[in-house]
Parts: sequence; structure tokens; C-alpha cells
Amino acid sequence: MSGRLVPAGSDPVRRTERPLTVTVDGQAVPGVAGQTIGGVLLAAGRRSWRAGPSGARRGVFCGIGVCFDCLVTVNGERDVRACGRRAHDGDTVVTQSRQAHGAAGAREEGP
Amino acid sequence: MDRTRVVILGAGIVGSACARELSLAGFDVLVVDRGGAAAATTSHGEGNILVSDKGPGPELELARWSRRLWPEVLAGLGGAAEQAEWQPKGGIVVATTEAGAAGLMPFAEAQRAAGVRAEPLDADALRAAEPYVTRDHTAAVSYPEDAQVQPAGAATALLSGALAAGAALRTGREVLGGVVRGGRLTAVRTTHGTLEADVFVNAGGPWAGELAARLGAPVDIRPRRGEVLVTTPLPPTVFHKVYDADYVGAVGSGAGDLQTSAVVEATLAGSVLLGSSRRRVGFDARTRPEVLSAIAAKALRLFPSLAGVPVMRAYGGFRPYVPDHLPVIGPDPRLAGLWHAGGHEGAGIGLSVATARLVRALLAGEEPGVDAAPFRVDRPAVLGTEASANDPHHAAQAGGRAEEEEA
Repeated sequence: MSGRLVPAGSDPVRRTERPLTVTVDGQAVPGVAGQTIGGVLLAAGRRSWRAGPSGARRGVFCGIGVCFDCLVTVNGERDVRACGRRAHDGDTVVTQSRQAHGAAGAREEGP
Repeated sequence: MDRTRVVILGAGIVGSACARELSLAGFDVLVVDRGGAAAATTSHGEGNILVSDKGPGPELELARWSRRLWPEVLAGLGGAAEQAEWQPKGGIVVATTEAGAAGLMPFAEAQRAAGVRAEPLDADALRAAEPYVTRDHTAAVSYPEDAQVQPAGAATALLSGALAAGAALRTGREVLGGVVRGGRLTAVRTTHGTLEADVFVNAGGPWAGELAARLGAPVDIRPRRGEVLVTTPLPPTVFHKVYDADYVGAVGSGAGDLQTSAVVEATLAGSVLLGSSRRRVGFDARTRPEVLSAIAAKALRLFPSLAGVPVMRAYGGFRPYVPDHLPVIGPDPRLAGLWHAGGHEGAGIGLSVATARLVRALLAGEEPGVDAAPFRVDRPAVLGTEASANDPHHAAQAGGRAEEEEA
């Protein structure tokens, strides 16, 4: 666990220690109930999961749902803000890329 | 020898471009803005540099000159040019109705005769250029000369060029009035003191009318609101600037009620911008859900596959609208020392660099790249002496120019 995770006893949101597991690009990542997907990713030490147009890495920037930098695909739904979506046990998270349609995680845009 | 002092009123893209040209020409330039640089209309549009939406005439000639100048101007800005996000991506106009096609093809033919590259696309060619565009179209024309910039970045790059050439910038200063001596504007009073100069350039965008009135020489430049929806960053979906040709078949009007026309394009960051709307509501900046809804519905007609894509925000801005739909560039015949550079409606980003070059040519006695006469201040539509600026047939009489253009 990373130092980013507030100890449960002092977490003002009264987080439980009920564990959950999500998969991120097929890899199991542990978290605790009450965390957002962004929280799970940060607590697991992942700081970025997208790339900007220059190739610069992107992850949680504003953390309050405004910047849309933390987008991921959750259970097949594209463009979910990781900072605002509560994680549920078994969630399938796929990181998004700028690759053309048909690449992993890309929207089915075809006719 | 004392240099001619020029105060440019407005630090949007037109004021910034003028500041750069005039500084390079040896003038002593100060740029003043009541807000910040590129903070108003410039940063509330789409960054269009278009020839495709202009029929033959003086505005098209200005647009073609500007399109030729842009690469040269950006090349002269060095590293600062990068923030302009120059994309010579080309435009594609798509007709989705028989009426739209019937308007588009002769319009494109007339543009070709005027020297514009306007290449009809058959269904396969359109499909290859824009794989996700609707198959339900009646005609399409490609305009390879159309381009796009990130407008606030482009304006600040131009302003950086001006500052590097010796111009000064003062923001947060609002012009309150003018000081006239012997029939000549010799100074402007601002919230932070009086500024003297030999020449004042009104580059106030949609506020140019109000600003000119404060200086005692009103011009009929008014705000016309537009809104844009912004999607989340997508994988490549829209490759050109794509817009609906319906406006070409429609008779242009100066009406104040809501008009929408689909304009769809991607930014470098991956977001897709969905426009456009036109409303004359003064400076009322409130967002109207029914306007956003109408824009989205028309965009989906062009790109049905965008259905379900999240819209992460919407923004709006004010275009500087002139009743005869031509920019206002040159000296004010009523008040020596006052010049105007504005009234570009939705085309100010694209036309900024040629507008600035034209102001420079007129001030410095150089040969302009286009005839300046059509843009002169001394026009009935600009001086407010027309019988009815709201005459719905007015735009048609002014040459049948397309009404719906850039967002």
C-alpha cells in the first residue's frame, strides 16, 4: 500500500476496510470499498494512465471532475472520470488511448 | 526622430496582430485592454482560418491573403509559434439535403473561379477523408486551404512577437473617453490615467461599437452570440473541419433569432468541438439549453456516431457583427487619429493577420495586398445611417453572401 492511502481510522469519510479488487488492463489491483477508481489507482502507486497530445502523461489532475484528464473505460463504458466513480469489486477498468478506432479500449465508432 | 505613437485598444487576436505588424514597421506601440490578453472573444471561438465559407468578393480576397500570410507570420514567431497549434487540415462542406447540394455546387464553382481550391468529393472520396461522416449526404466539397489554430495560443504568440519587437502591453485598463484637440483624437482617458498618442486603433471586437461611441465616433458593431460544445478527448474521429452546407442554400439574414448550423472539428487534444449558433442577445452570456440541444442535434446529423459521446463542457462568446457583413478596417473619416480594425463577425481569427498587414500598409504608406476600399469606415452600414440594419433581405442584397459561417 502506498503512503497516499489515509489510515481507515482517521479517514473522515469513515471508510471501511472491506477489500475489493478491480482489474486494470487485465491486471488485478486491490483497493478498499469507498475509494474511487482514481483513488484505487493512486493508492496502488499508479499516477498516470493516459497521454496528452504531446505524449505527456495524464492521470488525476483536478480530482474534482472538471478537467477530464483521468478518463478511463469502466465495464465497457468509455470516458468515465476515475476521480468521481466509486470503485466496485470486480470492476473492469481499461485505460484509453489516442490510437485509432479498433485499438484496445477504443470506442466502437463504426457504422 | 520621434516615432509615431500608436495605442491599440484591445489585446485580442486582431489587436495583437496589429501590434506586431506596427512594431515591426517601426511604430511606437502600446496595447491596452480592459481585461487580459486574448481573454474575451479570441478565446471563445474555434480558431477558424477559412476560405470555404466565403463567396467571391472583398472578404474572400482578405481571407485568401490572410491564409497566405499565416505560415509566414508563424515562421517569424520562432518557438512561440508552437502554441498557435497551426493545423492546415482542410475543410469539407457536406450537404445533407437536395437544397443544400443545389446551393453548394454553384457556390463552390464561383469560388473556384475566384481562385479557391474547392474540390467536389464523391461518396467514396468523402468516406476515405471522413470515415465517420454520415452516409446520408447529397454532395460534398473539399477545401484544402482551410486551416485551424488554437486561437488564444495564436493571439498570445502574435502578442509575444509584438513585445519582442518593442511593443508594450497594459491590461486591466478600461477606456472611458477621448480627448479631442482641433478635431483630432490626441489621448484616451482610462481607468488608470490618460494615454496620449498619434494614432488609436479600435480593436475592441464586439465591444468596438461601445468603445467607438465613448470616443465620440460610433460605429455599428454589435455582439452576436455563439456557443460550442466540447466532447471528451476521443480517438481520431473527425479529420477535417466539417460543416453542413445548408447555410449556403439559405438566404442570409441579419435576424436576431436563433440560427444553428453544424460545424464539427477535432482539436489537437482530441476533443471534438460542436458548433455553431448565432443569436443577437446583446451581451447576455447566459447559456441556453435549447441552443446547446439544437447544436448537438445538427452535429449528430453530420456525425451519427457521436451519439453517446460525453460532452464535458460548453462555452460561448460574442462575435463582432456588422450589418453589411464586412470587416471595418481603416481611419475614421469623422475623427482624425482614430482607426478601426474589427467587425469580422466569426472570421476574426483567420482574418487577423491580413487585417493587421492592411492597417500597417495604410498607416505606413505601403502597398496593401488587397483593395482596402470595401472595408473603409465610411459605409452606411458602419456609420449607422442605413434605413434598417435589421432588414432581413439586407444580406442577400449585399451579394448573397452566406450567413452561417464560423462559430
